[in-house]
This record gives sequence, structure tokens and C-alpha cells, in this order.
Amino acid sequence: MNLIRWQTPTLATWPRFGRLTDLRDEIDRLLDGTLAEFTKTSNLLSGWTPAFDVYEDKDNFSVVAELPGMKKEDIEVSLHNGTLSISGERKCETKHEDTEVYRSERFFGRFQRTISLPTAVAADNIKAQYKDGILTVTLPKTEEAKPKQIDVAVN
Amino acid sequence: MNTTVQKHEKAKPVPRAEEFVAPSVDIFETNEGYVLEAEMPGVNKDGLEITLEGAEITITGHRVNVPPAGETLFRERRPVDYRRTFELDPAIDTGRISARMNQGVLTLTLPKSAKAKPQKIAVTD
Repeated sequence: MNLIRWQTPTLATWPRFGRLTDLRDEIDRLLDGTLAEFTKTSNLLSGWTPAFDVYEDKDNFSVVAELPGMKKEDIEVSLHNGTLSISGERKCETKHEDTEVYRSERFFGRFQRTISLPTAVAADNIKAQYKDGILTVTLPKTEEAKPKQIDVAVN
Repeated sequence: MNTTVQKHEKAKPVPRAEEFVAPSVDIFETNEGYVLEAEMPGVNKDGLEITLEGAEITITGHRVNVPPAGETLFRERRPVDYRRTFELDPAIDTGRISARMNQGVLTLTLPKSAKAKPQKIAVTD
């Protein structure tokens, strides 16, 4: 996944592009009834693609990912050649013995997403926090990658 | 297949507070009752609102939405709250419904009332 600079939307509600899951949402909207129900419940088209946001300020990149209902131990975050990879597995905690399932919209299983970072980051200082089902990875930029102010000398 | 003809209208600016998405849910029934699990990442215990009205239960989740500082480079998450309504089986004992929030997943336990549970009747001679 390459980063595309975010632009302020001009509409209050804007169309979302770029993810297969969004395509699936669109299909669901077009085809009401059985087929939509089928694609929604089976995760046939997409598996699990957790939604991501990427932010940048002077010192850091922050990646925010929605990963509800996971265990901290089951989330893997790694950096390799300037590419951040977030993967993991969500396990089904509930035993479905002697039960009748009415709805099954949640996805259980593995996911992986990678992001190419635009500049170098200090690999040793990356922090990841998991709270309320949201994973926040903070990646500090290296000194070389930070913007520098150069004073102009006047003779 | 039903086709709904939609009129193309110019997008009206919608106040953000009125935007909701339906959370994905799993619902299953056991002998004891029903269990509902809803995915609401970014919602904690304080942002959760569960209302019972007649035979309908509505779950609303308000996000704690504090984006990190700086400009947005890439965005997929939608900064809207969650809401979904379910119709309840009359067998559910509404007084004993309990809710638990764990890492963005709400677990709602809806026990059946004692008289709705299957009972064994002893046969006398």
C-alpha cells in the first residue's frame, strides 16, 4: 500500500475508494436481499481488512488501526526496509456447541496489512499501544528525516 | 429482486452527530439465553448507551475520537458513531440483561426467563 496524501473532503459525506471491502459495501448496497446477506456473512470477497489511518507530524508517523476483540499477544507489528507490517489472528473465543447461530458477521482468522513509510523511522523507538480495540503505532522519524531549518547568513 | 429508484439529490451537509454505522454482530442462542457480540472499536464503557424500549433494544456507541497530532496522510476509518436496533424474543427476561465491553467488542447477555426454558415434567405412576 502506498500512501496517498489525504485531502480535506469538500462534501460532508464522501465516497471511499481503494479498499475491496468498500467495493463489497457498494455491492451490498446495490443488491439488497439474499446476495448481499451472503457476501456480508461469508466474507467471501475480502477476508478481513482492518481499517487504517496514517498521520504525520514533525516528529512522528502514527498508524491507527481498528482491531476489535483481539488479544495483545496475537498482534504482530514489524518493520522491514521502511515497510510497516501489522498482522495477527483473531480467534473465536466462544464455543458454538449446543448453540444456534442467528448472525455471524464478524470475521475470525488471520489478517495482514503493510504500509510503506515515506521517510526513514527510528526502528528502536517504535511504540505500539492497544486500547478499546484500537491499535496505535507511533513511529518516530530519524533525525535525518526531520525537516530542518537553515539559517541564512547575511554578509 | 426489488429495485429502488433513487432520486439524485445534491449531498446535503449532514451534522456529524446524526451519522451512524451499524456495527457487525454475531448472535447465537443457547439453552440459557441469547448472546450478542458487537464490534465497536474505539468505544469504551463510558461511550456506550443501551436502551430498551418495548421489545426493542438499541445499542449506541460513541467513539473516543482523538486523532494523533499532525496531518492525515491516509484515511479509511470513519469518524462516526455506532448504532443498531434489535427486536427481542419475548422469552428474554429483560430485567437480567447484562453487558460487557472488552477491547471494542460489546458482549450482551440476554437470559431467557425461567418459564421460557425447556422443563422436564416428572411422570407419576
